[in-house]
Amino acid sequence: MKRLINLKPERGVGIVLGALPFVIVLAVYVAASATRLAENADDKLLPSLATMANTFVRLATEENRRTGDVVLWVDTGASLRRLLTGVAISMIIGLTVGVITGLIPYMQRTLSPLVKVLSMIPPLAVLPVLFITLGVDELSKIVLIVFGIAPFITRDVQQRVEELPVELLIKAQTLGASTWQLILRIVLPQVVPRLLDATRLALGAAWLFLIAAEAIAATEGLGYRIFLVRRFLDMDVILPYVAWITLLAFALDLALRLLNRAVFPWYGAGAAR
Amino acid sequence: MSALQVRRLWKEYGRQVVLENISLEVESGEFVTIIGASGCGKTTLLRILLGEERPSRGEVLLDGKPLPDEPGPDRGVVFQKYSVFPHMTALKNVMVGEEFAGAPLTAWLLGKARRETQRRALEMLAAVGLANAGDKYPSELSGGMQQRLAIAQALMRRPRILLLDEPFGALDPGIRSDMHELILDLWSKLKLTIFMTSHDIKESFYLGGRVIVLDRVRKDPHEPGAYGARITYDLPLGHARRGRDDPRRLAGAAGADVRAAPSGISPEIPV
Repeated sequence: MKRLINLKPERGVGIVLGALPFVIVLAVYVAASATRLAENADDKLLPSLATMANTFVRLATEENRRTGDVVLWVDTGASLRRLLTGVAISMIIGLTVGVITGLIPYMQRTLSPLVKVLSMIPPLAVLPVLFITLGVDELSKIVLIVFGIAPFITRDVQQRVEELPVELLIKAQTLGASTWQLILRIVLPQVVPRLLDATRLALGAAWLFLIAAEAIAATEGLGYRIFLVRRFLDMDVILPYVAWITLLAFALDLALRLLNRAVFPWYGAGAAR
Repeated sequence: MSALQVRRLWKEYGRQVVLENISLEVESGEFVTIIGASGCGKTTLLRILLGEERPSRGEVLLDGKPLPDEPGPDRGVVFQKYSVFPHMTALKNVMVGEEFAGAPLTAWLLGKARRETQRRALEMLAAVGLANAGDKYPSELSGGMQQRLAIAQALMRRPRILLLDEPFGALDPGIRSDMHELILDLWSKLKLTIFMTSHDIKESFYLGGRVIVLDRVRKDPHEPGAYGARITYDLPLGHARRGRDDPRRLAGAAGADVRAAPSGISPEIPV
């Protein structure tokens, strides 16, 4: 008998194994839901899959009689706009500050302690401050996301810049590169794919801050909807919404990964020997 | 005239003495190899010549003028590894030096200047035997090809002196001897001045027109850092400025590569 660490599943077996937990969770849910619904047909805690599907289709297709809006798409649009704006701003801040602090010692001494302290502040603790100073509109939600993930991205980019082999920077200088040219042709191209990686890792946190901000003050948005219908125990809305958010998060992550592979073919192909 | 002069150079890190009282002159067109055990300070010396480190005492002159204390295009370099940019194709790696020089703001040449640079870069790639690898990324090249690329890249800016930091140390023996032929070929054709570190004695004697040995002579067992390395031998092998086709050079290189010597000429040991 081989050791456990040397037993590797074949591809087909691997797919089945990966699907197994999902199937089990789903089966347990369906069974529990059926049991509860048999006892009380109006039970709201564990709605049947059919009810959830119906509700989701209704939210995704039916126009609000008064405004003509379709709830799901309005919520999705609002949330994605906030999320993507916040993430884009964080990427720009992270790349700019990360590169100059990682590369220029004077900048590092000046800005690094500030970034370090900022990244230690729990963003949700300053949410009231943001609401008070910036109002409860879009701006405070976007700033919360930026506050939450920009320091993380900045520190990651800075670390990546510091990890660039010093030989590469010396070599570029012996080829006559100025600091600006060094940033433009050597540092940025090597750090942008890593920025995309850092952003992928930060997306989870970005969603957290988005939903937290929407839960507290908003008039539309995925997080807003979930917390709104919570009052009525509308699990048939909440659960599909959670699944929808998960799907969106997964799609964003995949998009960033594919973008990285398409634009930077050399990245991940093993660093130069 | 002397391309490079080092005068009474010391390097200390705190109480740790690394180099003591190094003086040497490198003539234009010389191929100098410097050998020593690992940790004896040859890389430190090279880093000082690069401008990456500053000497604690003493001075370094390049063409009679004090050496700028940061790296610049007058000194080309090839390291053992990380010498090429992984995010650029081979051709762009070779072109980028000219782009730094020609486009201060964008570091990106356009139009006629770009075509001209590209033509020169292709010539340079061909000269190091990479004519067909222009569109490959470094990760797609073997270790030897990466070093060829690094040499081509360094030569594009026509540096006053080419510094090689154990450039062939990570290569297989067969590839290594190919690289020896290549660097000797380039050295004689382009009249380069080369300063190379190595810990391979055979290689140093085969390549170098002059071999400098660094060693710690004085040792204090109670305080290992008290004394640094100094030049213990400075051996002119007498085949500077001679091409690689000179049989005396090939035969005389400490018997390193006698197979290449034409019959009838007995190897002579130059030291």
